[in-house]
Amino acid sequence: MIKQSGLSPDTARYRQVIPAGEYWFDVVGQGQRFRIVDVEGNQAADTLLFCAADPAERYSFVDTLRAQRNLYLSVGSTLLSTAGRALALIVADTVGRHDTLGGACAAESNTVRYALEKRTMHSCRDSWLLAVAEHERFGLTKRDLTHNINFFMNVPVTADGSLTFADGLSGPGQYVELAAAMDVLVLISNCPQLNNPCNAYNPTPLEILIWDSDVS
Amino acid sequence: MDHPTSGAHADAHPIYETRLEGGKHWSLTVRGGTQMRLVDLEGGANVGMLLFNPCNVLERYNAPDTLKCQHTFKLTRGHCLYSDMGRIFCSIVEDTAGWHDTVCGNSNRALVQQRWGLKSYQQCRNDWHQNGHDAFLVEGGKYGLGRRDLAANVNWFSKVSAEETGVLSFDPQASRKGAFVDLRFEMDTLVLLHTCPHPLNPAAAYPKSPVAVELRRAPAVQADDFCLNACAENVRGFQNTALYRQYGCHPGEIAP
Repeated sequence: MIKQSGLSPDTARYRQVIPAGEYWFDVVGQGQRFRIVDVEGNQAADTLLFCAADPAERYSFVDTLRAQRNLYLSVGSTLLSTAGRALALIVADTVGRHDTLGGACAAESNTVRYALEKRTMHSCRDSWLLAVAEHERFGLTKRDLTHNINFFMNVPVTADGSLTFADGLSGPGQYVELAAAMDVLVLISNCPQLNNPCNAYNPTPLEILIWDSDVS
Repeated sequence: MDHPTSGAHADAHPIYETRLEGGKHWSLTVRGGTQMRLVDLEGGANVGMLLFNPCNVLERYNAPDTLKCQHTFKLTRGHCLYSDMGRIFCSIVEDTAGWHDTVCGNSNRALVQQRWGLKSYQQCRNDWHQNGHDAFLVEGGKYGLGRRDLAANVNWFSKVSAEETGVLSFDPQASRKGAFVDLRFEMDTLVLLHTCPHPLNPAAAYPKSPVAVELRRAPAVQADDFCLNACAENVRGFQNTALYRQYGCHPGEIAP
């Protein structure tokens, strides 16, 4: 479902561009609004969410999909934790649907999907691993790097059970906006994948904006 | 279903066989080269399963990697179950059920109590209502694994399909009495499993469908193997696995 946000970038308390192949890792406070902008279009934002007070409780795609009985994320989706609690709600979305089945790219899965010689290419999981290594205070390791949301990515599933990575539905300036339902730790890899159409073979920047809860 | 066969079959008689009642859990380490048959003994079974590398439990079954590299939403014959390290824990070499779910996760205590009521151990002894989440915590705990290690599991015998709009539906008629699936393990694998109900099962009473688990020695993978040749991705997955079995940390293992 497409719904514009009522918030203006002028009132954001924080703005940060994430170049392709880099990560963003920080706490978003309960009630804050958090927007991810697909600046140039067709870019995948591989996103993990954790309960800041207890990061062993984290985003669970299986619980989220099962609770909403639908494969795709958009306005109205509640992003649930492994304990069945709301981490965040999608409150605005100019794209219409986002993937959470496709996981993140990794050096090893690239060897399977494309060629063994792709093993040295950059990947989302490498960005996440560097992020957790550079933020030891959050206490995360590879154990915690599980299944993510792919904002702006389009992975249609057919009734007979096939799955494809399709050309994105997103475009320049499209965005998705979340409201944090608790203090959440957000880890985003701006996907560096060069081997499939998730980034239109051309990884480009994302922008993060955060508004405090009292801004409307 | 008519499909090509590789000509090699596992032994008729299992090395080991056992029966798990519905709502129970178990774990075991399976050597590469073992074939595990799961049988839905009465119809409507569900087997929740997670897989880990026993030499390094940080390597584990990855459902998204498994689905995307084989361009599939369901699991059935010809598909391989991949670790997050690009290797194949097991291949589905036979399947008479036809569709197995790996995106709907697990039942948990609240779900089971809400749908089927509380049946405590004190009150009901072996008929108590267990749930998939706690089952994995118990089995995983035996190997040092905890809630941080639980990710998307397989639900053998459970069919959940999606409409074009993404709406999910559970098919209660999907698995029939006697349906089975054969998993050929391509590397040593720690298997956590439970027989608790699928979380979308709408049955009025807590489903207690039993399953048989049978272990056989698997025939060697031949060049014309159906799973190996199901897609170019699987050829590379088998190459990654062979590289690990040949040169990895496994004493006593022989590459296929």
